[in-house]
Amino acid sequence: MKIAVCVKQVPDTWAEKKLRDDDSTLDREAADGVMNELDEYAVEEALRLIEAHGGEVVVVTMGPERAAETVRKALSMGADAGVHLVDDAFQGSDALATSYALAEVLSGRGFDLILFGSESTDARMSVVPAMVAERLGLPQVTFAQKVNVDGASVSIERLTEYGFDTVEAAMPAVISVVEKINEPRYPSFKGIMAAKKKPVETLTVADAGLDAAQLGLAAAWSTVAQFAARPPKAAGTVVTDEGDGGSKIAQYLSEQKFV
Amino acid sequence: MAEILTVVESANGAVKKVSLELLALAGKLGEPAAVWLGPGYSDEAGAVLAEHGAAKIYVADNADLVDYVVAPKAEALAQIMQTANPGAVLIASSAEGKEIAARLAVKTGSGVITDAVDVAADLTATQSVFGGSTIVQSKVTTGTPIITVRVNSIAPEAAPAAGTRVDVAVDVSEAAKSAKVTDRTVAAKGGRPELAEAAIVVSGGRGVNGADGFGVIEALADSLGAAVGASRAATDAGWYPHQYQVGQTGKTVSPQLYIANGISGAIQHRAGMQTSKTVIVVNKDPEAPIFELADFGVVGDLFSVVPQLTDEINKRKG
Ligand SMILES: Cc1cc2nc3c(=O)[nH]c(=O)nc-3n(C[C@H](O)[C@H](O)[C@H](O)COP(=O)(O)OP(=O)(O)OC[C@H]3O[C@@H](n4cnc5c(N)ncnc54)[C@H](O)[C@@H]3O)c2cc1C
Repeated sequence: MKIAVCVKQVPDTWAEKKLRDDDSTLDREAADGVMNELDEYAVEEALRLIEAHGGEVVVVTMGPERAAETVRKALSMGADAGVHLVDDAFQGSDALATSYALAEVLSGRGFDLILFGSESTDARMSVVPAMVAERLGLPQVTFAQKVNVDGASVSIERLTEYGFDTVEAAMPAVISVVEKINEPRYPSFKGIMAAKKKPVETLTVADAGLDAAQLGLAAAWSTVAQFAARPPKAAGTVVTDEGDGGSKIAQYLSEQKFV
Repeated sequence: MAEILTVVESANGAVKKVSLELLALAGKLGEPAAVWLGPGYSDEAGAVLAEHGAAKIYVADNADLVDYVVAPKAEALAQIMQTANPGAVLIASSAEGKEIAARLAVKTGSGVITDAVDVAADLTATQSVFGGSTIVQSKVTTGTPIITVRVNSIAPEAAPAAGTRVDVAVDVSEAAKSAKVTDRTVAAKGGRPELAEAAIVVSGGRGVNGADGFGVIEALADSLGAAVGASRAATDAGWYPHQYQVGQTGKTVSPQLYIANGISGAIQHRAGMQTSKTVIVVNKDPEAPIFELADFGVVGDLFSVVPQLTDEINKRKG
């Protein structure tokens, strides 16, 4: 089985995220980059699937030079090879452009499964997996809390607002995973050493045969008109409990007409 | 005036509140129309939609729309868009809503904006990003704006309209029927409102100190008719089910009232609740960052403060 895992480097969630004043895109220099946390679960799930069924895991990322660290991290967890789309022309790409580039690079490589984390912690749109499925015309089995592969078909438990749906599809298919699916492993020292020798293909827009007109900020189908920091909240009232803390809250809730 | 399509979400045949919120928003942008995707439409549901502003109600009564994951709904909407030629499409910012929007955007060559908290008459959307720390105004520049809107962002309004039913026969392609829903499992949730939609959320964190401790959180929630939420520390420890996690990697909530008990207020937790209208905090550490968000806070032990609060509320309710 051949599995692709799409990963993204995002600003560390502990860091304050900012938009750039010049072009209103995320300031990726301002914070340390880490692998999007949910993507670690996708890498882990891919590794577990090949441990059970045999095969190969390829990590795919689109991002600046330093996103290579994120590819390395996945390789040190155990993935076999990497593909890194890196080109200034990608800067500022929106979800539609990102899904275009990923779909183009993923197609024709014979992947049985394409895995994603269900959301990135920076943009939080949760749309790229569905867009890639749409572009590739592949079954969309997303928000998986459990994945089972059986022969040529895959079934998942798709997290829903009321519980979960069991969903079945024939492979190849596009999967996104939620964090309760597994517990990602930490790279071992051996894994980190081994990762240094694993192949990583770096592709520019031209290498990948992509149409530059569909990429980058200029091609985005929506624009940011303006942005501002949220005004800080006016300080509220804080009291120390002297045996009447609960009553004081009840009083406040009643003044605010909640009770 | 252009038609504004709003996608109806329902549970057991009843229209969800978020769909009425979308209609209220659509009323500011053009002529609201509701789109019912799948079986289960009834005159009662239609009446509710009409009362809240739906001039037209498109009904695509086709079981394929719910028996397969997302793709058929996007196809149906693309087909309806072709005849309706709407000014914009509004969809609830649920996990599925965003996926429908994603596929529809690719299909129709349209820009998409997710998690809007408001949309102005010129279709500029307001989004609250990075956990509510930044407010962004953005606009779709290509195709028909497809905008997903956060629940509880707009108040539903009574705005009686014709509610003319328009039946649509949608063609679901074989390709769209590739991921089949074979079973649905409904998790027991004890009659509390859905977390993402609830007007009031009562949350517990590490301070609750165990699964048993959530009893006091649930009792407070029930006195207020609220949903229960939890921090990741609490869900990771297995004290409360994961689907109730609030925060960056859990649910985003934006209720009228959020009561945080024994939660420190890490940036990742705040990302899921920062836009709550009123925030109450109970925490024994006066330095806990969650107090920065509090409209009213009590420094104290939640095991004495919360039960007292529950009693008071139950008393006041008489
Ligand atoms: C990538 C990433 C994603 C994350 N996503 C999420 C997310 O979605 N949601 C989330 O919540 N977290 C998330 N986290 C974790 C987050 O960083 C915090 O670790 C977590 O929110 C802490 O939970 P807590 O506030 O319950 O626990 P703590 O930080 O330990 O705080 C417990 C609080 O309880 C108080 N307390 C203790 N006992 C009592 C008592 N008897 N009475 C009153 N107060 C008491 C303490 O004073 C303390 O302030 C994420 C972290 C990362 C790295």
